[in-house]
Amino acid sequence: MFGTSITWGDISFMLSGAGLTLAITFWAMLGGTLAGLVFGVIRAQSPWYVNYPLGTVLDVLRSVPLLIQFILFNSFQSIIGLNMNPFVVGCAVLAAYTAAFCTEIVRGGILSVPTTTRRAARSLGLTYWQDLREIVLPLGTRVMLPSWIGLTLGVMKDTALVYAIGVIELLRSSQIIITRKPHEALVILAIAGLMYFIVSFPVSRLGAHLERKWREND
Amino acid sequence: MIEIENVKKSFGQLEVLKGVSMTVDRGEVVSVIGGSGSGKSTMLMCINGLEPIDEGRILVDGTEVHAKDTDLNKLRRNIGIVFQQWNAFPHLTVLENTTLALRKVLGKSKKDADEIAIKQLEHVGLGDKLKMYPSKLSGGQQQRMAIARALAMEPKYMLFDEVTSALDPQLVGEVLDTMRLLANEGMTMIVVTHEMAFAREVSNRVAFFKDGLIHEIGTPAQLFESPERPETADFLKSVL
Repeated sequence: MFGTSITWGDISFMLSGAGLTLAITFWAMLGGTLAGLVFGVIRAQSPWYVNYPLGTVLDVLRSVPLLIQFILFNSFQSIIGLNMNPFVVGCAVLAAYTAAFCTEIVRGGILSVPTTTRRAARSLGLTYWQDLREIVLPLGTRVMLPSWIGLTLGVMKDTALVYAIGVIELLRSSQIIITRKPHEALVILAIAGLMYFIVSFPVSRLGAHLERKWREND
Repeated sequence: MIEIENVKKSFGQLEVLKGVSMTVDRGEVVSVIGGSGSGKSTMLMCINGLEPIDEGRILVDGTEVHAKDTDLNKLRRNIGIVFQQWNAFPHLTVLENTTLALRKVLGKSKKDADEIAIKQLEHVGLGDKLKMYPSKLSGGQQQRMAIARALAMEPKYMLFDEVTSALDPQLVGEVLDTMRLLANEGMTMIVVTHEMAFAREVSNRVAFFKDGLIHEIGTPAQLFESPERPETADFLKSVL
């Protein structure tokens, strides 16, 4: 292909890696965002004796390098005999890591909604949960979105670290080809980079689009 | 009837209400005047339970607001409140701002809620702004929308918390006109305000607040023309 020794077989091998990258990103973001929403709401309103322990756990998840978390959790689950497959381990660890970041994003978003606006909602007879659903989360989302998009793009690249537990995602699949065809290393990495970009670009465009749309009303 | 009985409230070390008592009958308009930080706004927030109180009690139609078993969300349907910062919900159109509580709190269908909301918005002169977002409205228009939003719930009482204080001077008149309209229609109102002329004109009674206490309460004629307390006279001298 293009006068190189890279074959369609190599490309399709990388594409299947890219598929795994996407799948891990999807599950990590889904789980992490849902957990982050719950923890963020708790963090935004809880007394210190709830906030302090929760905050500490989330801090640990955010500070310990992801690579270490993958390996430790993977070893732990095999020691206690869970026999989870590496893909599931990867998604679970990354989801917890995402949740830790997402919690702070959600907390910040909730706290960005002025108390006076919330009081106006409550004074109309809306319950706490109605206020949260109808006013606070929609308004907070405008604040959360840019950070959340950034988190998504970051998590997508962080998926590369699951190679440590034996999942062959996009970057690992590229490396495997490189070990067989070292003289094509640059081309292969360029193709891998392009694949990451093709996946990331629409996400960041979607973010920019939503931001612009919402700003029109502000 | 709203009955406020010896209410005390502190924020930390600061005692903002030091034993406030006042009764407002149905159909009455009571204005509350006094300097900034005298506790006027805090008292309004206590009436619909947005702020807890430390001592005393507040009864709205016989229901004790701060009793443990009081359903505040239900109670608040009867008490509309309009704030100094107009507090529009910026992500909703004027119509959606007004129908939100009708649909979520009173469970009305979209059609019914729209009908009620449009009527109220036309009442305050915003019938042509239904699809607009609050950011496109002037402060006076947003404040009138906030009034319509509260009125749509058909409250028995309306509380106004310095609703013209954050407005440009030329926009104050339109909001006061809307409130005057309400007063003339017989709405029971407690109006915390710095607009002395307005207080004098529309009120049945005027209360003077200072340092967390009502120093004097009486008809506008009594209070403005022959105040009994020197504090009242001093305050009036400083603002008139």
